[in-house]
Amino acid sequence: MFKKILIANRGEIACRVIKSARKMGIATVAVYSDADRNALHVKMADEAVHIGPAPANQSYIVIDRIMEAVRQTGAEAVHPGYGFLSENRKFAAALEAEGVVFIGPPSGAIEAMGDKITSKKIAQEAGVSTVPGYMGIIEDAEDAVKISQQVGYPVMIKASAGGGGKGMRIAWNDAEAREGFQSSKNEAAASFGDDRIFIEKFVTQPRHIEIQVLADTHGNTVYLHERECSIQRRNQKVIEEAPSPFLDAETRRAMGEQACALARAVGYASAGTVEFIVDGARNFYFLEMNTRLQVEHPVTELITGIDIVEQMIRVAAGKPLPFKQLDLKINGWAMESRLYAEDPYRGFLPSIGRLTRYRPPVEGETIGGGIVRNDTGVYEGGEISMYYDPMIAKLCTWAPTRDAAIEEMRLALDTFEVEGIGHNLPFVGAVMDHPRFVSGDISTAFIAEEYPDGFLGATLVPVLTRRIAAATAAMNRVAEIRRTRISGTLGNHERLVGDDWVVTLQGSEYTTRIDADREGSTVGFADGGALRVTSDWVPGQPLARLMVDGVPLVLKVGKIPSGFRIRARGADLKVHVRTPRQAELAKLMPEKLPPDTSRFLLCPMPGLIVNIAVNEGQEVQEGQALATVEAMKMENILRAERKGVVKKVSAKAGSSLKVDDIIMEFE
Amino acid sequence: MKDILQQLEDRRDEARLGGGQRRIDAQHAKGKLTARERVELLLDEGSFEEFDMFMAHRCTEFGMQADRPAGDGVVTGWGTVNGRMVYVFSQDFTVFGGSLSETHAQKICKIMDMAVQNGAPVIGINDSGGARIQEGVASLAGYAEVFQRNIMASGVVPQISLIMGPCAGGAVYSPAMTDFIFMVKDTSYMFVTGPDVVKTVTNEIVTAEELGGAGTHTKKSSVADGAYENDVEALAETRRLIDFLPLSNRDRAPVRPFFDDVARLEESLDTLIPDNPNQPYDMKELIGKIADEGDFFEIQKNFAANIITGFIRIEGQTVGVVANQPMVLAGCLDIDSSRKAARFVRFCDAFEIPILTLVDVPGFLPGTGQEYGGVIKHGAKLLFAFGEATVPKVTVITRKAYGGAYDVMSSKHLRGDFNYAWPTAEIAVMGAKGAVEILYRSELADREKIASRTADYEDRFANPFVAAEKGFIDEVIQPRSTRKRVARAFASLRSKKQTNPWKKHDNIPL
Repeated sequence: MFKKILIANRGEIACRVIKSARKMGIATVAVYSDADRNALHVKMADEAVHIGPAPANQSYIVIDRIMEAVRQTGAEAVHPGYGFLSENRKFAAALEAEGVVFIGPPSGAIEAMGDKITSKKIAQEAGVSTVPGYMGIIEDAEDAVKISQQVGYPVMIKASAGGGGKGMRIAWNDAEAREGFQSSKNEAAASFGDDRIFIEKFVTQPRHIEIQVLADTHGNTVYLHERECSIQRRNQKVIEEAPSPFLDAETRRAMGEQACALARAVGYASAGTVEFIVDGARNFYFLEMNTRLQVEHPVTELITGIDIVEQMIRVAAGKPLPFKQLDLKINGWAMESRLYAEDPYRGFLPSIGRLTRYRPPVEGETIGGGIVRNDTGVYEGGEISMYYDPMIAKLCTWAPTRDAAIEEMRLALDTFEVEGIGHNLPFVGAVMDHPRFVSGDISTAFIAEEYPDGFLGATLVPVLTRRIAAATAAMNRVAEIRRTRISGTLGNHERLVGDDWVVTLQGSEYTTRIDADREGSTVGFADGGALRVTSDWVPGQPLARLMVDGVPLVLKVGKIPSGFRIRARGADLKVHVRTPRQAELAKLMPEKLPPDTSRFLLCPMPGLIVNIAVNEGQEVQEGQALATVEAMKMENILRAERKGVVKKVSAKAGSSLKVDDIIMEFE
Repeated sequence: MKDILQQLEDRRDEARLGGGQRRIDAQHAKGKLTARERVELLLDEGSFEEFDMFMAHRCTEFGMQADRPAGDGVVTGWGTVNGRMVYVFSQDFTVFGGSLSETHAQKICKIMDMAVQNGAPVIGINDSGGARIQEGVASLAGYAEVFQRNIMASGVVPQISLIMGPCAGGAVYSPAMTDFIFMVKDTSYMFVTGPDVVKTVTNEIVTAEELGGAGTHTKKSSVADGAYENDVEALAETRRLIDFLPLSNRDRAPVRPFFDDVARLEESLDTLIPDNPNQPYDMKELIGKIADEGDFFEIQKNFAANIITGFIRIEGQTVGVVANQPMVLAGCLDIDSSRKAARFVRFCDAFEIPILTLVDVPGFLPGTGQEYGGVIKHGAKLLFAFGEATVPKVTVITRKAYGGAYDVMSSKHLRGDFNYAWPTAEIAVMGAKGAVEILYRSELADREKIASRTADYEDRFANPFVAAEKGFIDEVIQPRSTRKRVARAFASLRSKKQTNPWKKHDNIPL
């Protein structure tokens, strides 16, 4: 076995690899850029080597820098993580040339699976089900129409070198095929400098389901079952689970065996993932093979009990896999939520900055008998920088059933405290409560279909708001009693805290009466019902863990005048708790609408105004560029949402603005 | 007998109706509560004891004798806020538009006199059209009687003004002399002369809101210390503020049970200071992490944001915080921030509230705007305020403490009791670049030499140890342990006694 390995990556995956290496008694070397000097992976590793400036193209993906670090530390092997150099054939070759082991597949396999057309051909030859389509190069638009007719509409027209939705069109008829071919070709030429196009069947109700494979250098290849990764936002996976709620044993076995066949066909050794697209009738088609460790591998580890990183290292050291296909059973259900530093209330714009508070849920076994696992590369007081992937953590839960795993995830998300930056915790929290997600009836279009106008915060069901009302009524009583214990009160004339409280939240009003005793409070409602609330919460604690009628409830608690800001289950609520008289008077207060900002161009993110493209008094058309804001080294052009006349320009080039600062006003 | 008792109830019912149901409804329609409703929300339920409910005016001009409503447009009395005594007056806009008559003023004066005598804060709720014109000079006399009491009560009991409607003309000067003014957005305004007069005299066209609304006074003029969405919120937050304040200058700052760890370590503070010395960070994070339960009541949040002022609790006891804010103007001192902080420091000193000063200050803001505006005198106010304060004073320098601003910010030399610095502190006469340009003027042409001189200067002076060697810094502390160290420092100062030489009063540069 190796004595020392280097991890050519950063963030949570570097930390993840270090953990397995440490468990195996292998020393670890981290590499870091200027921006990662204080990063968690650097603290965790036994040694760390600085490899250059913050931008990845000057540090993490510069092969020479990594090679230099390898030489300097004498690492015997390198784990590339995912992204960066993980699927770079030249990197694998460079390591090989110096006799350093690449903890990943042979470079031939990387190359074979690296190109969409080649990989599909190999897959077909290996007997893997592929999407019906035309593999050759398409000459012109008429050729494209003919092929589309053969494949059968709807078809997908795709750039061979494509990715991220670029150079991709869906056509439902001849005219669309003709037009789509031309625009895909143009886009492909512009984006990738490679205008080769292919056409394939467009799969409806598509699900993204992938098979984890493991192969060693002794001819053993196994599959670790599937992961369902259909919950995606613009091709970025957000929630993954294993197993899939959709597959039956037969389909699972067929997909697994085909994935292994493909791995064998390319002489695969290490961990890899074969991605399939599965339609509503459980027809599955090969998409691509990722020749690396996948971000979402923890869910597979949780249902199989296998440490995939450990196996990758062992395979790289020439060891055989210690299990056979028959040993690999599915145990329970695992969910993964990817926590991104993306503000869901602002169209998921990346949010950078300091984590003023970062308290993940406690890992390990839960009181409900489940498991919580959190793979992270950050810490409280650390910085989310503009240079890298905005992922904060991968929060996983395991439980015997899917429903229980979801419930564990809800609690874990509610317990997860992240402050200082915008993040998608509320969004994944909302998805976990979404009836369609809970039913398992999902597709890759889930987010686009269910949140067509973006995410505005979750609306909680009445059962839940009532529980929160009971909880906050009880909490408020504790806070009010503390207030009366202040020094300097008028003896014998102290304030007595009453039992009647009116709670308003999310547009509902609950009239409650609290009957408190030593252990907790029974909160009675006007309709005669009551909820029993117990908790060890004391004023000032940002997290309240409660039991409401025997069911756990976790709330993030902030203070607002006469009440609390409560965050839970993807909702961000203003909860007012008032005496009946206060509530009566509060009703007299006018509803204040948030100021109408449609007449203003507001700065969507903290940044620097590069230029203002219009003048006061100028008429602008919908879509016209108004100003450019530089944020995170990116120039963002702000455009007019509708036709109008510029009344006043408040910002000028060079000014540095905060979120929602006014840039200009329209008439 | 029963009839006589009933008569009292009937009279009370009538008095409670103020200007009648129609006017009460009109008040509600404007989104405002009535004078009595406000008192109800301000005080503990059922704790209000009213004075002079039946007092009526004595005016006989303009047919006024025909209309003598009980109470004369102001509700006065005392009650408790979380069990602690306060005095209150609340002007009733439904009675003669809340206008101030001679008797109206007498009612206010009565409770102010009692407040000073008995040592409890005065809270004034202002909602008045101004002087009662029918009474002429008697009304003006009434204002002046109130003013004189505001002045005498200043520094004896805390005085808080809530502006919950119009407050114009001479009427503004009573709130102006109180310790804190809070306004309600959209329904209150304050000005000496209204939009009509402004238009006549200067041809300026301006709305009441622009001239003297909550936005104007919290952001531009700094007349008000805060603004709230509505009456209910303003009154709830006033109760919260009162919990921070001592009842009088004969009392200590209040203490209440707290649920926080005195020795709580905050490892994240070790990375609060960015690697790049020119990068800002949010000083409020540090305040929140030092305070009990992260609870901070900020004063003048929207004015001169380059300095932060407000109240926190440490070990349950109120502490006033003054902190430079690197996020705004790099945290420098200027006219506005000096005035804002000076007034706050003097309030704390007057009422025995210990002061915590957090320092990251690159110096005073340069420029003609500042010099012409008199930054010398205004800056001196803060220097004066810190220097004369005899309350416990703990200072923590987190990063920059340059030049005269270092002296000003509650330095050791101004009788600071505990002057701590983080290892990231740079206590120097100025930044390295500026210093080198002066010290090595002849070498300015040689970039390399200047760079090495700058590096040398940084090595030697950009740290807290030069000051620590001289005893100007009592101890260099780890950022993570700031709460614990500050709490222990204040604990050790609980029986601090310090007095200034006898004087009639000082002559702070106003």
